[in-house]
Amino acid sequence: MFENFFRKKSSGSVAKDRLKLVLVSDRANCSPELMEQMKTDIINVISRYVEIDTKGLDIKITQTESAEGNGSVPALIANIPISEMKVKNS
Amino acid sequence: MGEVIVVTSGKGGVGKTTTTANIGTGLAKLGKSVVLIDTDIGLRNLDVVMGLENRIVYNLVDVIEGNCRINQALIKDKRTPNLYLLPSAQTKDKNAVSPEQMKKLAEQLKDDFDYIIMDCPAGIEQGFKNAIAGATRALIVTTPEMSAVRDADRIIGLLEAAEMPQTDLIVNRIRPDMVKKEEMLSSEDVVEVLHINLIGVVPDDENIVISTNKGEPLVGSNTMSGRAFMNISRRIIGEDVPWLDLFEKNGFFSKFFSKFKKKD
Repeated sequence: MFENFFRKKSSGSVAKDRLKLVLVSDRANCSPELMEQMKTDIINVISRYVEIDTKGLDIKITQTESAEGNGSVPALIANIPISEMKVKNS
Repeated sequence: MGEVIVVTSGKGGVGKTTTTANIGTGLAKLGKSVVLIDTDIGLRNLDVVMGLENRIVYNLVDVIEGNCRINQALIKDKRTPNLYLLPSAQTKDKNAVSPEQMKKLAEQLKDDFDYIIMDCPAGIEQGFKNAIAGATRALIVTTPEMSAVRDADRIIGLLEAAEMPQTDLIVNRIRPDMVKKEEMLSSEDVVEVLHINLIGVVPDDENIVISTNKGEPLVGSNTMSGRAFMNISRRIIGEDVPWLDLFEKNGFFSKFFSKFKKKD
């Protein structure tokens, strides 16, 4: 934790992170604009029910092991912190 | 029945031809009969790396077009028994050959050789399609650079789509000192992002330059890259070979002292 604070991130791990992102969009054939659009839509839908902490929001496509265990498949991972549950009145 | 292996990468300049020459020579040194095919039509290279450029009479396109028999075009490497090269044509273009023709050629060669190794051109066009057509196994060469790994990922996707039965990865030109400082992707990093089986790691070694200058593949020599390529050859024939310690110093003194500090 503190190491990162004082030391600059190594270029090797920067490369790895950049590469992962590039490959995700290459594989999914999904442009950053499309991703952004999808993110906005997801937020809009969820906001109807709960209050979202948009600063802590993290939505991305990553590779996960497929359920059949035969390699990896792309998966949409969304980490959406809820700041307040809205009470539904109706 | 022989096995047809394609050596491919997507990106150019990562060491496909060097890898083909060394693994081919390595397999021949292990007692297998091997034919190397340079499928890069128009940009002939493998002959020079093998040191056989002065002995070319016929080439791949001559064989495909029926200007000669296969045996007339195969150049025997006099230094290593059972090692042959089928050179590429320098004057034709890559559309001179079709994937079907390459497949047929590979089938014919399977009867006479244990391993048929295709040196694939860079890119994902016709030349790539030709090179993978007859192959049942692929070796993907990459370097620890973002651009090379990204292209390797594309190639892996294309090979999956072409239903290649087996695909393994070679990470070439690793610099252990830089990996140690985390200023270079490690082979583990590359494997993690590509999700593919690793069959070899070859360190960046100036001996490769010297060996290419001379036209003598260095596989099996007492150099880091020579040992790495021999290990890959052994793994290809199914041997279980332990991984090289790339951090080991190659000098006399460290070798001398390492005798006293065995790890186990």
